[in-house]
Amino acid sequence: MSLLHLAIIAPFIIAIFVPFFYKYIKGVHTGWFVLPLPILLFVYFISFISSTSNKQTITESFSWISSLGIDFTVKVDGLGLLFALLITGIGSLVVLYSIYYLSKNTEKLNTFYVYLLLFMGAMLGVVLSDNLIVLYAFWELTSFSSFLLIGYWYDREKSRYGAQKSMIITVLGGLAMLGGIILLYLMTGTFSITEIIAQSDAIINHPLFVPALLCILLGAFTKSAQFPFHIWLPDAMEAPTPVSAYLHSATMVKAGIYLVARMSPVFAEHALWVWLIAGFGLVTLFWGSFSAVKQTDLKSILAFSTVSQLGLIMSLLGIGAAALHFDELNPAIFTVATTAAVFHLINHATFKGSLFMVVGIVDHETGTRDIRKLGGLMNFMPITFTIAIIGAFSMAGLPPFNGFLSKEMFFTGMLSVLEMDFNWGILIPIIAWIASVFTFIYSMILVFKTFTGKYQPEKLEKKPHEAPIGMLISPIILASLVIIFGFFPNILSSSVLVPALETIMPGFSFDVKISFWHGVNEELLMTIGVILVGVILYFTLSKWRGVYGLFPEKLALNRFYDNSLDWMQKGSYGITNAYMTGSIRNYLAYMFTFIIIILAATLFGKDAFAFSTENVAQIEFFEVLLSLIIAIASIAILFTKSRITSIILTGTIGYIVSLFFVIFRAPDLALTQLVIETISVSLFLLCFYHLPKKLTEDPLSFKVRNAIISVGVGAVVTLIALSAHSNKLFDSISQYYIENTYTEAAGKNMVNVILVDFRGFDTMFEIAVLGIAALGIFSLIKLRKNGGKKVEDK
Amino acid sequence: MKTSDLILQTATKLILFLIVLFSVYIFFAGHYTPGGGFVGGLLTSGAILLLLLAFDMKTVQTILPFNYLYMVALGLLFAIGTGAGALLFNTPFLTHAFGDIHVPVLGELHLHTATLFDLGVYLVVVGVTMSIIQTIGGDE
Repeated sequence: MSLLHLAIIAPFIIAIFVPFFYKYIKGVHTGWFVLPLPILLFVYFISFISSTSNKQTITESFSWISSLGIDFTVKVDGLGLLFALLITGIGSLVVLYSIYYLSKNTEKLNTFYVYLLLFMGAMLGVVLSDNLIVLYAFWELTSFSSFLLIGYWYDREKSRYGAQKSMIITVLGGLAMLGGIILLYLMTGTFSITEIIAQSDAIINHPLFVPALLCILLGAFTKSAQFPFHIWLPDAMEAPTPVSAYLHSATMVKAGIYLVARMSPVFAEHALWVWLIAGFGLVTLFWGSFSAVKQTDLKSILAFSTVSQLGLIMSLLGIGAAALHFDELNPAIFTVATTAAVFHLINHATFKGSLFMVVGIVDHETGTRDIRKLGGLMNFMPITFTIAIIGAFSMAGLPPFNGFLSKEMFFTGMLSVLEMDFNWGILIPIIAWIASVFTFIYSMILVFKTFTGKYQPEKLEKKPHEAPIGMLISPIILASLVIIFGFFPNILSSSVLVPALETIMPGFSFDVKISFWHGVNEELLMTIGVILVGVILYFTLSKWRGVYGLFPEKLALNRFYDNSLDWMQKGSYGITNAYMTGSIRNYLAYMFTFIIIILAATLFGKDAFAFSTENVAQIEFFEVLLSLIIAIASIAILFTKSRITSIILTGTIGYIVSLFFVIFRAPDLALTQLVIETISVSLFLLCFYHLPKKLTEDPLSFKVRNAIISVGVGAVVTLIALSAHSNKLFDSISQYYIENTYTEAAGKNMVNVILVDFRGFDTMFEIAVLGIAALGIFSLIKLRKNGGKKVEDK
Repeated sequence: MKTSDLILQTATKLILFLIVLFSVYIFFAGHYTPGGGFVGGLLTSGAILLLLLAFDMKTVQTILPFNYLYMVALGLLFAIGTGAGALLFNTPFLTHAFGDIHVPVLGELHLHTATLFDLGVYLVVVGVTMSIIQTIGGDE
């Protein structure tokens, strides 16, 4: 176990100690004990930058289940390091923020920090694992800890609903991903990502390639809230705001992005990968930004904004992957898209994290997140307002913030589609542009509806004031990063961006030079258009808001999700109730029907039916006579009116059977059968005597279904008996017993010798069965709840 | 009005021993002729059943003061013990031994451990049938 492994395990180890800190050190907020860990990890991961920027990857392996090819192999390369830095960096800020956000007197901090640390460790495991099974394990752990964090306030119904929804959707995708991993293993024989990438050329024409691709993408899309799986993210906003900032904007939702980026070298040769990612990304981008405008809750706006931005990154990855797919195109054009994706990934983490924290502050200081109640907060909380402006303008893609740069690169990437000979290609930049307009609008709503306009003190629970400095530190740091990356984007390029890009698209050379001003070109004109149209639409918002009412509520995806859960539940109830009737008659009917089907199908399907009259003994008069009596008695039972007649007829059959034993020369059987039949008939009579008096004596009612089933069973069993008799494959072993009964076992009654000597073992357990039956009857009768008193007839 | 069962009771006293003798005969003859522990046990319990019919349960309990569940356990012990005895002689479980053995009073006898096993069967069968009949019959 290397230091790198320890770095991933560390959050889990600290998580063990958190409850002790919470319980025994009451005076200090538990968050302070957690805070050093992400900072240390962040510093530790920074130390890898020098090696990754020299195109080195650090691999450490720790043997886990080597026999199955599952080892805890950790690999630090550009992409993994970028994510690790995001996780630990924003993790530190979120922990700091949460110290001021969650009160140590009213909240259960121990569970909060345990869940948060579990999540942090799991996320580090996801991005640094080289083994797909280990990656999957950590992946599910992120779903699991996210479930716990969303349901942190578990006494609220909405929290539980959101937690359950996110769990169902992400686990659905997670399991699909496991399927994809297994398919990849079947194709390549390894779980190691590095080795799979090395074999990527060989597997592209494999029949399992496309199913594997679809399964992996399903996992990535559900985790990263892509259309139509985005519905869990807005409901996950019931989590505490630090959780939303950390999980649902900066890290976990990017796990899907990470997976797509990580698997690009394997799948990107295939056109399906390119178009699915680009297509779903664009739809998500548009739908997320379109839906964000109509939200009235600040966190919902941010949730849909996150959905939209994730779609943006996803679509850029798709278009970037086109460079791998289309060899004839100039790859330099498409690598811009991938660069934009990775750059925007960083930018989004910075501004979205800060915006969530801002919303948390507003919520904390005013008691509401509803923009209809808020307004005019600028004078009360100037610092928060400044941070919000920086974050929102960056999100809208305005200069001089980092969002502007990535937005420009995004337009460049989208316009590059036009290079492809593709009929509807022009639609892609148009959709992207419209989505950007909506992005602009909701960014403006977010800031100006909250901080400017009319101050409505009567609607607020408390008098707003500026947040404590501790709460402001984290958003200030993030907002400064927004500006720093905006003005000096190239500090990222060679250290972080290029190594990550070379991991996503191996074999391409990147020379990232992000310049703030690149002349008047199409992209700049598009941005100006976005601002112009966005401003006009923002000011006329009240006039066209009705557009959202046009969209029928019935078609909403949430409605579909809720209904389908309901249908599934009702459907399975319905199915179960339809056949689990509780009536033993029905169950017997199923069993016998299946017996008929299985036996008859086997008999005739295997062509095993045979009928031969060889080896058949001469039919004697007595046999015919006794058979007739048995047949008459059996049929008579079906038509008798009284139960006592049935009992006597059953006894008749039993005695005739013992007569059969006599004529078939089985004296032991005949003796036993006689006595046993006598005993069982008297037990039947006993039961009959104790029947409730009210019971009417009706003949059996006739049911066609039962008649068919019973005739079927009889016929099938008869046919099988005939076939078995006609198909004797080898002689009986009875000759051995005949020869050795006296010499080996010193007996002349062969039946008894077999029972007590040759096969005494069976007899031993048969008498045990008898003993158990006696004990059972004894305890049923003696050990009654009412102390053995007679139970009254009901 | 209580009827007198004099004829039944007198006949029972005579027939009982015949049945018991026959059942014992059937039990011992099992290795050579039809019969054995199972039928023998059933016949013995038939004899006791006759006793139960002729007299009442309390009387029979005084005449034959057995706890029939113990008899079941004893029978199972006989059967398992016979089988386990073979292990002492380093032979597989339930290997029977037989031979002519000189017994002081009775003289030369041909004895077989399978008889002990059969005795187990006999005891279990008597115990099971009698305890079933007794529990059901004794139930109010």
